[in-house]
Amino acid sequence: MKMSLDDQSITGRLHIDLPLLTGLFVLCGIGLMVLYSASGQDNEVVIRQASRMVMALLFMFVVAQFSPDQIARWSLWLYLFGLLLLVAVLVVGEIGKGAQRWLDIGIFRFQPSEIMKLAVPMVIAWYLSDKSLPPATGRVMVACGLIIIPVLLIAKQPDLGTSLLVTAAGFSILFIAGMRWRLLLTLALMAAISAPIIWYSMHDYQKQRVITFLDPGQDPLGAGYHIIQSKIAIGSGGIYGKGWLNGTQSHLEFLPERSTDFIFAVFCEEYGLMGVILLMCIYMFIIIRGVYITVNAQQTYGRLLAGALILTFFVYILVNMGMVTGQLPVVGVPLPLVSLGGTSMVTLMVAFGILMAIHTHRRFLSF
Amino acid sequence: MPKEFTLKDIGEEAQLIRRRIYFASFFMLFLLLLIVLRVFYLQVIMHDHFTTLSQQNRVKILPIPPIRGLIFSQDGILLAENRPSFSLELVPEQIDRLGDVVNRLGKMILIEETDISRFQGLLKKKRRFESIPLRFNLSEDEVAQFAVNRHLFPGVDIRARLNRYYPLGAGVVHAVGYVGRIDENDLKSLDTTDYSGSTHTGKSGVEKAYEEILHGKVGYQQVEVNAQGRIIRVLDKTAPKPGQNLHLTLNISLQRVAVDALKGKRGAIVAINPENGDVLAMVSSPGYDPNPFVNGIDEKSYNQLLLSNENPLINRVMQGKYPPGSTIKPFLGLIALNSGMRHLADETWCPGWYSLQGSEHRYRDWKKYGHGYTGLKKAITQSCDVYFYNLAHDLGINRIQAGLSDFGFGKETGIDIGGETGAVLPSRDWKQKTFGQPWYPGETLIMGIGQGYMLVTPLQLAKATAALASHGMMMKPRLIAEIRDAITDEVISVPGLEKQQIVIRNPAFWGEIISAMEDVVHGPGGTARQTGLDAKYRFAGKTGTAQVIGIAQDEEYKKEEIPDEFQDHALFIAFAPVGAPKIAVAIIVENGGGGSRTAAPIARRLFDHYLLEQNNINS
Repeated sequence: MKMSLDDQSITGRLHIDLPLLTGLFVLCGIGLMVLYSASGQDNEVVIRQASRMVMALLFMFVVAQFSPDQIARWSLWLYLFGLLLLVAVLVVGEIGKGAQRWLDIGIFRFQPSEIMKLAVPMVIAWYLSDKSLPPATGRVMVACGLIIIPVLLIAKQPDLGTSLLVTAAGFSILFIAGMRWRLLLTLALMAAISAPIIWYSMHDYQKQRVITFLDPGQDPLGAGYHIIQSKIAIGSGGIYGKGWLNGTQSHLEFLPERSTDFIFAVFCEEYGLMGVILLMCIYMFIIIRGVYITVNAQQTYGRLLAGALILTFFVYILVNMGMVTGQLPVVGVPLPLVSLGGTSMVTLMVAFGILMAIHTHRRFLSF
Repeated sequence: MPKEFTLKDIGEEAQLIRRRIYFASFFMLFLLLLIVLRVFYLQVIMHDHFTTLSQQNRVKILPIPPIRGLIFSQDGILLAENRPSFSLELVPEQIDRLGDVVNRLGKMILIEETDISRFQGLLKKKRRFESIPLRFNLSEDEVAQFAVNRHLFPGVDIRARLNRYYPLGAGVVHAVGYVGRIDENDLKSLDTTDYSGSTHTGKSGVEKAYEEILHGKVGYQQVEVNAQGRIIRVLDKTAPKPGQNLHLTLNISLQRVAVDALKGKRGAIVAINPENGDVLAMVSSPGYDPNPFVNGIDEKSYNQLLLSNENPLINRVMQGKYPPGSTIKPFLGLIALNSGMRHLADETWCPGWYSLQGSEHRYRDWKKYGHGYTGLKKAITQSCDVYFYNLAHDLGINRIQAGLSDFGFGKETGIDIGGETGAVLPSRDWKQKTFGQPWYPGETLIMGIGQGYMLVTPLQLAKATAALASHGMMMKPRLIAEIRDAITDEVISVPGLEKQQIVIRNPAFWGEIISAMEDVVHGPGGTARQTGLDAKYRFAGKTGTAQVIGIAQDEEYKKEEIPDEFQDHALFIAFAPVGAPKIAVAIIVENGGGGSRTAAPIARRLFDHYLLEQNNINS
């Protein structure tokens, strides 16, 4: 048996997927542009975000150098390491904005829950790929356990947005691994039954968010304010938008969190429906490329992982846009690669690094 | 696929995954389409509606702060009220050059550095269209000055707010506490929605402990504003829910007597109703006027208070730690009786000093040539030190520690306002942990007369005295009697009583100790017999004199030669009337000298007032 690279081009040798990279670059560019406007033309914020992007791209590049086999071997360890950190965060974590999410390790603070966005799909892909698919019911249950433990730990911090994304990442693998429909429906039914239990275990502010989502008028000073202002910003944008730097809602500071979770509203106000459709196209381009990589992956592990990562990316977009347009509760999920913020961007870029690794480390079997 | 098939069918699997990923992608694509439709709905169909809203985003929602609940005393005196005052407020969004405007305002109205730094702090936290106070408490002249020039300052306005005011000032400050302006630190713990209109929050005492009840719920109004941001009309209004009124257990008439008694002295007085734990009076002297704190005290005055030798900012009642001195003796007497180590008839020879076996060191009695043969009752009445050295030695530190702990020493009393200390009840473990040293027998001896490591707060002492008075019923002290609705004045809730009975071998022991304490004030040899003269009721007490500095073996304690701050603390605990106690007190006068001379007469004045004069007024 002998291994060789399929592609001797420069990008191939660097293990870079050019179409994916192009899509990401375009997206990052748009992100910086919107951020410049949303931050009130604050150069410093934009430069800091740009340097985070460069760092995230470096991470992506490094990760892309490893073969899927190596990544598979780390899956379990990364997962256990992540669990350990989550427990550590609950014990010694720093409290920011009323939630205990951060771990301070001297040089910088980071959120261990971010690791889980990658570690959960990795460990489940690793677990499911060594037996034949579709997985037996027992194995599905074990996988569910692997998802639920970190999700509960993250929800306890409390960080609803991230626990939602980790759940999405875990279950999307189970789904693409061919989990039987009947089992899927049973789980969905169980989730529906457990909804009241979750409701009672939620923090007051989380309950408040759900209530506010259902009726934003209830709390126009607090949580409902986000949605009301965000709808005004989007709606006033019209088909063509008010133009770059011309969004009044964001510049008059009616819109809260306009650089972070609600940046999509700024985008909608300034670029209008046309802009939204263009942005959707860019996202779709990245997703389609991701699906292509998934379908053409050589091994089950790679297929499962790539599929899960690209579907999670999709969920990211859906949840953020749904939240900003007032169709989903405000759960605190950033718009991928556009919202201000470093940690989630690194995670995303590492995910794309994994996708590139899966695609570029191809093996040819010769007997 | 049949189960026994162990070999993975790669092709089949790839096919499966491919089907599923296509399915999932199309499903999500469908959801994404829904979002595009939603955006289409908002941006195309509802465009005009939202454009109107945004162009005249002049409809604003402004918070209306609730009115803070009032605080009354048990006898109906207003302790904390709300008075109107004028403040200068700025809406940052409507001001082009903020720094410039602040400078121009400064030429007209006095604005201090602290005002500016607080303003800048709030500037970061508040939304830009929210009104931010720059100066509080404008004088009428300043209001008039600004009113004339108002047209030069768009976005700046005078606003009438309600300001907290404490009519009694320093007299009740340590119980009632005060409110202060919300700072960045407070914002971390307060609900920002609920406090969006509020400028103040409780900082100490009852004001802090009952913040939630006093504050109320924010209301809001939708207002239409013109281009400069001034309100043209109110469109819709949801009234705030005012905070609830608190009725305290404090009896102000008694409190005044206590304040008066400590005038010019440092010390603390607590009076508790033994039946229910109501704190009738709570004075820490000297006090301070809380009113300047409400809108931020200036640095100079604050430093004066902070650095004063008299420590007015400390609430001595709950935070002051004092050696209990001889006031500990009745408690030790009860512990000794209960343990069976002592009977009433047992007598100890008191030659005026006590030595441990095999030691030269003489532990002295306050009476140079001794009390002679002394039993427990005489030992309490005359405060014989030798008897209690011996008793403490026989009991040992473990039993003393356990017994005193039952009376609540070394623990917080659980009073319903925060900030109290548990002081110190030493034990072998405690010493090991604190000093890394073993416990020495000599330390047990001096604990017998309330010296050494042991420290108590006046509140602990009062609680324990009340427990003696009621034959072992430990009542948790409380300051809140009732919570009433601010509008209807209906009683909304009454805090429950929390009590715990100290169980002893023979309940008759309570009576024995109380009768010895009665002799302290009414008996012929009692240390406070001067105080008990001609009282129209019987009361029981115990004097205490706590040494502040150690005196060497061969030295005499000469009052005249010792500087003021090293003079002994005077202590007195008492309750009255003996038959059915209605009031128990603990009094500490710092560096006041002897307990019988300085502290005991204060108790008499309090009792006379509470039991005699006040009843006369009422009837």
